[in-house]
Amino acid sequence: MTYTAKFRVWRGDDTGGGLVDFAVEVNEGEVVLDIIHRLQATQAPDLAVRWNCKAGKCGSCSAEVNGLPRLMCMTRMNTFAEDEVVTVTPLRTFPVIRDLVTNVSFNYIKARQIPAFAPPAGVAPGDYRMQQVDVQRSQEFRKCIECFLCQNTCHVIRDHEENKEAFAGPRMFIRLAELDMHPLDSKDRKVEAQEDHGLGMCNITKCCTEVCPEHIKITDNAIIPMKERVVDVKYDPLRWLGSKIGKRPGL
Amino acid sequence: MSVTAPGRAQIAAKTLRTDKWWLQPLGTVAVLLSFIVYATWRAFEGAHYFTEPLISPFYSPCLATSCVEKSSLLGTPVGAWWTLSPALLILVFPLGFRMTCYYYRKAYYRSFWQSPPACAVGEPHKKYTGETRQPLLLQNSHRYFFYIGLVFNTLLTIDGFLAFRDHEGNWGHMSVGTLVLLTNATLLWLYSLSCHSCRHAMGGRLNHFSKHPLRYKMWTLVSRLNTHHPKFAWFSLIGVALADYYVRCVATGAISDFYFF
Repeated sequence: MTYTAKFRVWRGDDTGGGLVDFAVEVNEGEVVLDIIHRLQATQAPDLAVRWNCKAGKCGSCSAEVNGLPRLMCMTRMNTFAEDEVVTVTPLRTFPVIRDLVTNVSFNYIKARQIPAFAPPAGVAPGDYRMQQVDVQRSQEFRKCIECFLCQNTCHVIRDHEENKEAFAGPRMFIRLAELDMHPLDSKDRKVEAQEDHGLGMCNITKCCTEVCPEHIKITDNAIIPMKERVVDVKYDPLRWLGSKIGKRPGL
Repeated sequence: MSVTAPGRAQIAAKTLRTDKWWLQPLGTVAVLLSFIVYATWRAFEGAHYFTEPLISPFYSPCLATSCVEKSSLLGTPVGAWWTLSPALLILVFPLGFRMTCYYYRKAYYRSFWQSPPACAVGEPHKKYTGETRQPLLLQNSHRYFFYIGLVFNTLLTIDGFLAFRDHEGNWGHMSVGTLVLLTNATLLWLYSLSCHSCRHAMGGRLNHFSKHPLRYKMWTLVSRLNTHHPKFAWFSLIGVALADYYVRCVATGAISDFYFF
């Protein structure tokens, strides 16, 4: 079932740009990325788009389709009506390089600020022993493909550029949660999460969870448990008292 | 600064979403405002909250001397100096529990505070600091409201069982009111036990589940409930209002409580 779809694609760079209209052929079974590639092949050979696996696993083709952060390769065309205008823009939280390609360096800078996994003293690589039940929570977070849709949709930085310095974003919070819940990580990630990475700025409105293509329960399984762990060490007077009188060692 | 900060793709629209994204925040405002108006009216009314053996969940436990005779399960320790409605003595606790609830926070931050109104929809505020300052640091007291909430749930469950009596206080009877109070208590238990703080207390703070098999089991059960927390939050909110309204209707004589046996 072939039809001609109406596409509006943002074209431009950091000096300016705008939405450009296209009429383009759509065939059965295609996804938005296929249509963008057809535009490149037939009408706009210089259209810039980042992509790689076309299977929803590399996290490269993140964009906003009809205003919603999506992977273009996982957005099927049959989810739109044939007469619907499909608007494709680059991620709106990061600086644009050209057309649909943005500079996502912010995320790599933030990732570098999180200290790596730190095994206890005297335990060498190869000597790690742990049970599956102890690491399975962290394994959910390892599904992250770093598409940065969660970072892009988070209003803390999307609507407030000035917060980028203090706020690491949901992708980094699942990394911190993964490490803090790890049975062999010896660093305390709780205070660090709150004071250095801006966990307290998150108001748990769950947009990160809604857009995650890997369906990681970012808010319920990482951010809220981390907030509760922060309460343990910073805001709960009874647990603080317990730590002082030796009833709650390790806090 | 907004989504059109320098260097980003210059798009004037705050959102390009074409779906009805405003429907959910609008619905949340409508339901929560309705509840607030109804609960405020009922809390200040100070009447029609007890008719043997039914007591409204808004007034239980009734702690002031001004409470209707036989309505005070725990006695009247507050005494006669309290002249306002007895509901005002206790409602701060369930209110605090819901205000600091992780789910309700999402709901009212989105719908009332518009921060953000929906995903990828620009928020109206120029500045944002999240939950890093007072009064929002008080959201961290949620676990304490959770513990107090368990006491209320226990009392409301007892109220439900006390409703297996008739108007004269004879045991072995059951009415629609009994079902109403027990359903309300059940929904409140489900809401409390599916709470994120409960999940944390059960085992969320542990890093070695294998060393605590019982707590791991409890954490697993609460985690299962936790996925339904939003549902329980709404059902229990509506349930408590309906239970109160039913008791009021019976207490005013607008309807009579139908007894099954």
